[in-house]
Amino acid sequence: MKIALTVNGRPAALDVAPRTTLADCLRHALGLTGTHLACEHGVCGACTVIVDGAAVRGCLTLAVQADGAEVTTVEGLAGDGALTPLQEAFRRHHALQCGFCTAGILTTLHALLTENPDVEACEIREVLSGNICRCTGYIPIVEAALEARAAYRRGGDPAQ
Amino acid sequence: MTDGIGARAKRKEDRRFTTGKGKYTDDIRVENQAYAAFVRCPVAHARINGIDASAALAMEGVIAVHTGPELKADGIGDLIAGWAITSKDGSPMKTGVWSPLVTEYGRYVGDAIAIVVAETQAQARAAAEAVEVDFEELPAVVVADKALEEGAAQVHENVPGNLIYTWELGDEARTDAAMANASHVTELDIVNNRLSPNAMEPRSAVAVYDEAEDHYTLYTTSQNPHVARLVLSAFYNVAPEHKLRVIAPDVGGGFGSKIYIYPEEIACLWASMKTGRSVKWTSERGEAFLTDAHGRDHVTKAKMGFDNEGRIVAFHVDTIANLGAYASLFATVTPTYLYGTLWSGQYDIPAIYGTVRAVHTNTVPVDAYRGAGRPEATYMIERMMEVAAREMRMDPAELRRRNFIREFPYQTQVILAYDSGDFDAILDKAQKAADVAGFPERRAEAEARGKLRGLGYSTFIEACGLAPSAAVGSLGAGVGLWESAEVRVNPVGTVEILTGAHSHGQGHETTFAQLVSDRFGVPIDNVQIVHGDTDKVQFGMGTYGSRSGPVGMSAVMKALDKVEAKAKKIAAHTLEASEDDLVIENGEVKVAGTDRKMGWHEVALAAYTAHNLPEGLEPGLKEGAFFDPVNFSFPSGALICEVEVDPETGVTEVVQFTAADDFGTIINPMIVEGQVHGGVTQGIGQALLERVVYDEDGQLVTGSYMDYCMPRADDVPSYVLDHHSTPSPNNPLGLKGCGEAGAIGAPPAVINAITDAIGTDDLQMPATPMAVWQALAWARSPVAAE
Repeated sequence: MKIALTVNGRPAALDVAPRTTLADCLRHALGLTGTHLACEHGVCGACTVIVDGAAVRGCLTLAVQADGAEVTTVEGLAGDGALTPLQEAFRRHHALQCGFCTAGILTTLHALLTENPDVEACEIREVLSGNICRCTGYIPIVEAALEARAAYRRGGDPAQ
Repeated sequence: MTDGIGARAKRKEDRRFTTGKGKYTDDIRVENQAYAAFVRCPVAHARINGIDASAALAMEGVIAVHTGPELKADGIGDLIAGWAITSKDGSPMKTGVWSPLVTEYGRYVGDAIAIVVAETQAQARAAAEAVEVDFEELPAVVVADKALEEGAAQVHENVPGNLIYTWELGDEARTDAAMANASHVTELDIVNNRLSPNAMEPRSAVAVYDEAEDHYTLYTTSQNPHVARLVLSAFYNVAPEHKLRVIAPDVGGGFGSKIYIYPEEIACLWASMKTGRSVKWTSERGEAFLTDAHGRDHVTKAKMGFDNEGRIVAFHVDTIANLGAYASLFATVTPTYLYGTLWSGQYDIPAIYGTVRAVHTNTVPVDAYRGAGRPEATYMIERMMEVAAREMRMDPAELRRRNFIREFPYQTQVILAYDSGDFDAILDKAQKAADVAGFPERRAEAEARGKLRGLGYSTFIEACGLAPSAAVGSLGAGVGLWESAEVRVNPVGTVEILTGAHSHGQGHETTFAQLVSDRFGVPIDNVQIVHGDTDKVQFGMGTYGSRSGPVGMSAVMKALDKVEAKAKKIAAHTLEASEDDLVIENGEVKVAGTDRKMGWHEVALAAYTAHNLPEGLEPGLKEGAFFDPVNFSFPSGALICEVEVDPETGVTEVVQFTAADDFGTIINPMIVEGQVHGGVTQGIGQALLERVVYDEDGQLVTGSYMDYCMPRADDVPSYVLDHHSTPSPNNPLGLKGCGEAGAIGAPPAVINAITDAIGTDDLQMPATPMAVWQALAWARSPVAAE
């Protein structure tokens, strides 16, 4: 099936099999391998991407469902090469170790902080509990998100 | 200023990981790419009568289906156990034969039977389902102690009674005598729950065969690519080492599960040669649960004797360890030399004896998982201490202090000689940080809210950096356990470090660079860490057992010594000074007490221009070293956990967790704290949430993330961390290793806290709400009171 979508600000026209997931489409058809697959049954959140502003599971979303949508992947968070405040906060707080789940956590938190830059720690934990990280124990991730709030509060989209 | 030893340097690798530019194995696409899927045994034990691949071969996109007999006919070897254990009667261990693709019997659900290669991943997976396997189901045995029962199903014909070995350690007669004279004996039945490591990145392999050169390349999710190449060459006969390159690129977590060389990598390499195609396989999560080596799975009866002052006089252990259907690479050493040698804990125990019976069952192989043997030892000892304190009505911290080892070196009764430590100091720090003095008040406050609050300790010691090679060789190891390093200074003064250690989350690209920065004043961004490629790094033993610091960094230090010595020779010649008067500071080589100096880059350039070198000195600035430690290193720690249990629901909340550790010298505190957080979180997972369950027939019940519960952000507390450093005397930096400590120490702290809260010790891991509620209900029932 033919679909047209915008990925990280660039238009993409593709012909995909109906069964293709959005995550596979991004990884294989578009070469955006920053989106990772860890469980392929919607439980770990590693494949989370942002579709029209909402954080969704790339493994549970069909590529055809994203027809006409604006998709942001981890590759699209930092526009000009410099890290975004959220990415920089991840570095400063050691909020990642092996890096495999990181893309899905960054996209999840970017969507959250964009929607609510005043979010409190308990809600960050609740939203973050949709993602599994086996390395960090999560605390530094919560701290990084708390710190990044200021940049989101300043208005605009700090990822762009 | 540079980021030297002790700096909280931000990680260099984070730039690519936070922007989605990491390169993991499944991200790699090569020319001529085809995909593999495996046909797997659907039952726990079966005789394979025949395989009909005709329907699969007729499907669109299918290139080939290959089976075990074909692999065998090509001379591909069976999988090996890397450590030979001798039974107490002197007989060698007996292990079953593990073929990469089975030929006659399937012995666990997931045992690989055939490899299917197709143009796409979906086609390969669909075709694998269409391969008809004619099999006859046989009786299976799943649980460790059941495997030893009379009449239990036999997993392998050549392993009678499923008994791989009965290993012993210590002095039985002396222990029995001391136990008989003890004034108090604590006995405990302990189950160490079976776990699935679950690195977030599934295992993956991309095998490329180059017919022109008769050369293979394997990209794979490995913690130790050189060991993989050695084993694939020497034992599995895939290709000789000079014809096989193994690359472990970015690897998304290991925790032990990516040490081993699994059937899939062997089959993919061989299939790439058979089909003339590059063959890629990536595990699905369900496949990972079925085939990644599990961890733990011990059943133990332990007995500890005390004198009337609470001093331990004897310790007796009887363990059955489930190794699964086959003996995986480190499986046989994990419940023996990585377990029994820690039976003394932090305590001066004059008499210790124990046996370990390792058994085969119809389950996936069990091997080293974060801590490997040491968590099992620690859980047992630290549960014993807490239970004993309760029985003897002593403060559990005081009982521990009464038995602490205080003089080093200390020769235990179980082989190891501890080199350093200060157990009082770390317990002091932990008690202070945890505000133990304020606990009664917190408990009363919780009680007023209807919650049961408990506090539990774990004071643990572990052994890292298995060594020296000669010693492990004498104990049955198939390899040496040293590490290598090469330091290459480029003509412009930038530095490349080649190491045999492998980073899969540990941050080596930063911490190893800090060593160079500390030594030569080179910014860490001017230091490149090269690892994970057998074509670039000559040899190395990889990363596991918290060895990258104590062993891997030590090799780097040795090579840096050699580079420094040569650099000083060159600078002394140019500056017309004595080498002994030179110091290297802030990126400059200076003549102490004068203003004569050279920039580091000038020394490097001088080494390569070679226009003015001391007579007889070779050009260039590149040195290598191998480091073989003289002993293990011994990290230790004191952990204190506080929980609140809801008696109505059995739900446990970890409300406070304090860890005071002795890791020796710390290179990067930020990374060390990260390792502790992650390790403790996995330990909390074992204590509260995680357990692999097979049903009686050997079907895996916990086969997905829906069924196997791992800690999430709302399950973990904030952690309070502290350190007290006693440097290891056995390596140049005084490092002890920190990667496993949390996973080793945390489970008993959690269970000791819960049992303190609910007032009964009749509780096994994982302490799920149901298990805690039942333990509480039983303890409060009139029947139990009788």
